[in-house]
Amino acid sequence: MEADAAKMIGAGIACLGMGGAGIGVGMIFSNYLAGALRNPAAAASQFSNLIFGFAVTEALGIFSLVIAFLLLYAV
Amino acid sequence: MADAAKPIEPIHQFQISDIFHIGTFGGDGTAGSGVSIAFTNSALFMALTVGAVGLFLIWGSARRAIVPGRMQLMVEMTYEFIANMVRSTSGQAGMRFFPLVAALFMFVLFANLLGMFPYFFTVTSQLIITVLLALIVFFTVIIYGFYKNGPKFLKIFAPSGIPWYAIWLVTPIEVISFLSRPVSHSLRLWGNMLAGHIVLKVFGGMVVAMLGAGAWGLASVLPLGMAVALTGLEFLVAALQAYVFAVLTCVYLNDALHPGH
Repeated sequence: MEADAAKMIGAGIACLGMGGAGIGVGMIFSNYLAGALRNPAAAASQFSNLIFGFAVTEALGIFSLVIAFLLLYAV
Repeated sequence: MADAAKPIEPIHQFQISDIFHIGTFGGDGTAGSGVSIAFTNSALFMALTVGAVGLFLIWGSARRAIVPGRMQLMVEMTYEFIANMVRSTSGQAGMRFFPLVAALFMFVLFANLLGMFPYFFTVTSQLIITVLLALIVFFTVIIYGFYKNGPKFLKIFAPSGIPWYAIWLVTPIEVISFLSRPVSHSLRLWGNMLAGHIVLKVFGGMVVAMLGAGAWGLASVLPLGMAVALTGLEFLVAALQAYVFAVLTCVYLNDALHPGH
């Protein structure tokens, strides 16, 4: 297999990791929304926790994106 | 894009170019050796960012009216926003670090927003900049943590309430998680800004490619609409990532202020 083709395939496979981060971010926001609708009074106080969880989860997706970019442009 | 003469490079916008060259130090005279010192477009936009933040804050707080005008109100709301973030995340003791958090937040926010102008350079899409910002926070946490708590700072690696036989498992995980903080802290901001701007350029490239493809030119409104929608999303991401960066700074500082969970 040509090295360039392998690079492209590898970048594509690395992007699969973003799917997992997408599921995780979706779960965080859906659970926040469910909790906020049950107890709207407590929703505002948990907003920074929401953003913290979102950021930590999203970082994993960013990692796989970085691997894809590295394969495409830096290897 | 098969018949496009030259593929549109979405990564070209992150090219660093010299505006004026100061000098090359060291090296043996061949091209690419030695340390090249130059005023680059990256440096220019960092200076513009700091200038914009300074202008915003000084202009807004110059009059110090009892009944604030629009600019003063915006500056006061910014102050209150950051102060509430620091107090709610790291407590009243965290207000000692308000200048650091505010400087980081304003720099990242203005750098992200300035990058949204067409043909402007996005400072935070350079990994070296975000790594530097993250390392400032990382070493502030370590140095202040040991300065304030002494050896007790090491308690952040051994959460309370863990049975003695599990501590050997938990402590290495906590150490790895602590050491990977600057990595994730910097990569998150960098990756978000880089990916967002690349996606914008990719959709822009699709518009150009479809316009040059005869009858398909009419369909180029689809990627154009997508690019407009994504620009709106990018403004959200620009503000959200500045907030995330500042909140994580507060969370990490909280460990230095109150170790041992």
